[in-house]
Amino acid sequence: MTTMTSKATGAQTQNLAEMRARIKSGIFRQHIFAFFGILFTSFAVLVLLAAFLDLLFDGIPRLSWDFLTSFPSRRPNEAGILSAWVGSAMVMLVTMLSAVPVGIGAAIYLEEYAGKNWITDLIEINVSNLAGVPSIVYGLLALGLFVYQFGFGESVLTAGLTLGLLILPIVIVSTREALRAVPIHIREAAYGVGATRWQMVSNHLVPYSRGGIMTGVILGMAEAIGQTAPIITIGALTFIAFLPPMPVTAEFPFLSLQWIWSEFTVLPIQMYSWVSRPNQDFQINAAAAGVVLLIMTLIMNGFAIYLRYQVRKKIKW
Amino acid sequence: MSIGTNGSVSAVGGVAADRLNYKFSRHLKERFIELLLMGCGFVAVFTTAAITVILVYESLGFFDFVSIWDFITGTVWTPLFANPQYGILPLVAGTMTITVIAMVVAVPMGTVIAIYLSEFAPHTVREVVKPALELIQAVPTIVFGYFALLFVTPALQGSILPGLPGFNMLVPGLVIGVATIPTIASLSEDAMRAVPMSMREGSYAMGGNKIQTAFMVVMPAAISGVVAAFVLAAARAIGETMIVAIAAGQNANFTFNPLEAAATLTAYIAQVSMGDLEHGSVGYRSIFAAGLVLLIMTLVLNVTGHFLRRRYRNAY
Repeated sequence: MTTMTSKATGAQTQNLAEMRARIKSGIFRQHIFAFFGILFTSFAVLVLLAAFLDLLFDGIPRLSWDFLTSFPSRRPNEAGILSAWVGSAMVMLVTMLSAVPVGIGAAIYLEEYAGKNWITDLIEINVSNLAGVPSIVYGLLALGLFVYQFGFGESVLTAGLTLGLLILPIVIVSTREALRAVPIHIREAAYGVGATRWQMVSNHLVPYSRGGIMTGVILGMAEAIGQTAPIITIGALTFIAFLPPMPVTAEFPFLSLQWIWSEFTVLPIQMYSWVSRPNQDFQINAAAAGVVLLIMTLIMNGFAIYLRYQVRKKIKW
Repeated sequence: MSIGTNGSVSAVGGVAADRLNYKFSRHLKERFIELLLMGCGFVAVFTTAAITVILVYESLGFFDFVSIWDFITGTVWTPLFANPQYGILPLVAGTMTITVIAMVVAVPMGTVIAIYLSEFAPHTVREVVKPALELIQAVPTIVFGYFALLFVTPALQGSILPGLPGFNMLVPGLVIGVATIPTIASLSEDAMRAVPMSMREGSYAMGGNKIQTAFMVVMPAAISGVVAAFVLAAARAIGETMIVAIAAGQNANFTFNPLEAAATLTAYIAQVSMGDLEHGSVGYRSIFAAGLVLLIMTLVLNVTGHFLRRRYRNAY
C-alpha cells in the first residue's frame, strides 16, 4: 500500500517536473520569438535610418540658399533646384484642386447616397482596383490621353491631373473612413429637424469629419510629391532653366492661368537626372535634392499622423 | 409671393403653392447634387476604362508591326537598335527575379514583425512602431534608389561580394524587399487583429502559450488575409520603377542571375520615356505593350489578393 502511494507521488512529481520544464521551454521560445520580432522591426527601421543618414551626409553640405534659388546648370556646383521645387509646388496645386473635390465627392456618394446595387459595386471595385495599379501605368494613361488625345502637352496641367488620379483612391478611402466614424444618431438628428440629405452632409458630416479627411488629403499629397515614374512617362524635361509664368500678375485681372500650360520639372525628376550621371558632383546635388524632398514628405506625413492622433483623442461622441 | 391683397383663401393657396414650389426646387437641387457626387464616383470607373482602352489600343498598333507570338516567346529585346527585336521575356525575367528577391526578404521579416506586433508587443511599442513603419512606406522610392546605387552596392562590393557589378538585380531586389516589409507587416497585422479575442482565450484556456496560440490558432484563422498581404506586396514590387531604373541597369538581359544587370518592364518604360520618341512610332508603342504586360501581371495578383481579403473579412 505505502509503496504504491510513494510510486504514485513519484510519478506525479515526475509529471510536474516535466510540465514545468515544458512551460519553461515554452516561455523560452516565446522570448526567442519576441527577440526576433524586435530584431526585424529594428532592422527595417534602421535601414530606413541608414538611407536617411546616407542622404543627409551626402547632401547637407551642398544645401544652401543658392542651391534653392538657382536653376540647373552644366556645372554641378552652380546648379540648383529652383525650377524643380517651383514646378513641384505648381503640380501639387493642380493635383490638390483636382483630387480633393472629386475624391471627397466620390466618398460622400459611396458612404451616404449609394444604394446596394451594381452601380455602387462597379465604383467600389474600380476604386480598390485603381489603388493597386502601378504608378507608371498612370503615366502611360496620361501620355496617351492627356498629352496626345486632349493635347495638353507635357504641361503642369497634365502632370497635376495624372497625380490627381493617382491619389484619388487614397483620398476616397480615408474620407470614407472618416465619414463612417460619425455615428448614425448625428445623421438622424439632422433629418429629424428637417434637413435634406445634402444639408445633413454639408452642415454636419463633412465639418465633423474634416480632421480625418484632412489626414487623407495630406497623405495623398505626400504620396504625390515623391512620385517620379508617372512624371517621367509623360515626358517631363530634366533641364528647365526658366520658371513657368507666375499665377499672380501685376496687371489686371491679376490672376493668370498661363502656368498650367507651361513646361516644368519636379524635384524627384531633377534628382533622378542627377543620380544617373556618372559625375560624382552631380550625385551630391542629387542627394541634396533628395534631402529637400524627404524633409517635405516627412513633414507632411508627420503632420498627418499628428492630426489623426488628435482626431482620435478629441472626438468622444 | 402671392400673399397679398386678394383675400385669405388665395393667400393660403399661394403659400401652399409656394411650399410645393420650394419642395420641388429643393428636391431638384438634391437630385442634382446626388448626380454630381455620383459623377465623382464614376471618375474611378472612367480612369480604369481609359487605362484599359489606351493600353490595348496602342498595343494593338504595336502588334501590327510585331507578331504577338514573337512578342511573348522572344528572348531578345532591342527595340531601339538598328535591327530591332521585340521579345518581352528578358524584361519579364528581370521583373520576376527582382520581385522574387524582394519577397524572399520581405515575406519572412514582414510576417514575423506582424505576429510580434499583434501577439507579443506591449501596447506602447505598437503605438510607436506602426507609425514608424508607415513613415517607411511614405519615403519616395527614388530616395531608396539613390541608397541602393550609391550606398548598398558599394557596401556589398567592399565586403562580401567583391565581384558585384555596379548595376545588378540583387541590390534593387533587397532594397525593394526592405521597402516592402512595412506593407506586409501592417496588412498582415490587420488580418491577425481581426481574429476575435475569444479564439485566443480559448487557446490560452487549453494551456497554449503565446507561440502556440500565434501559430496554431491566430495564423490559420488569419491566413487568407496574410497571404493577401504577400500578394499585394508582390504586385507593388512588380510595379516599382525608380529603384530598378536607377540601380538595376538599363539593358534588357535574359537572365535570372541576380548578380547580373538587367532591365525590368518598368525600367524600360522609364528609360524610353526619358529619351525623345516620336509619337506613334514602334518604339513609342512598345512602352504601351510593356505597360500592358505589367498591368496584366499586377492585375492577376491584385484580384487574387482582393478575393483572399474578402474571405477573411467574411469569416468573422
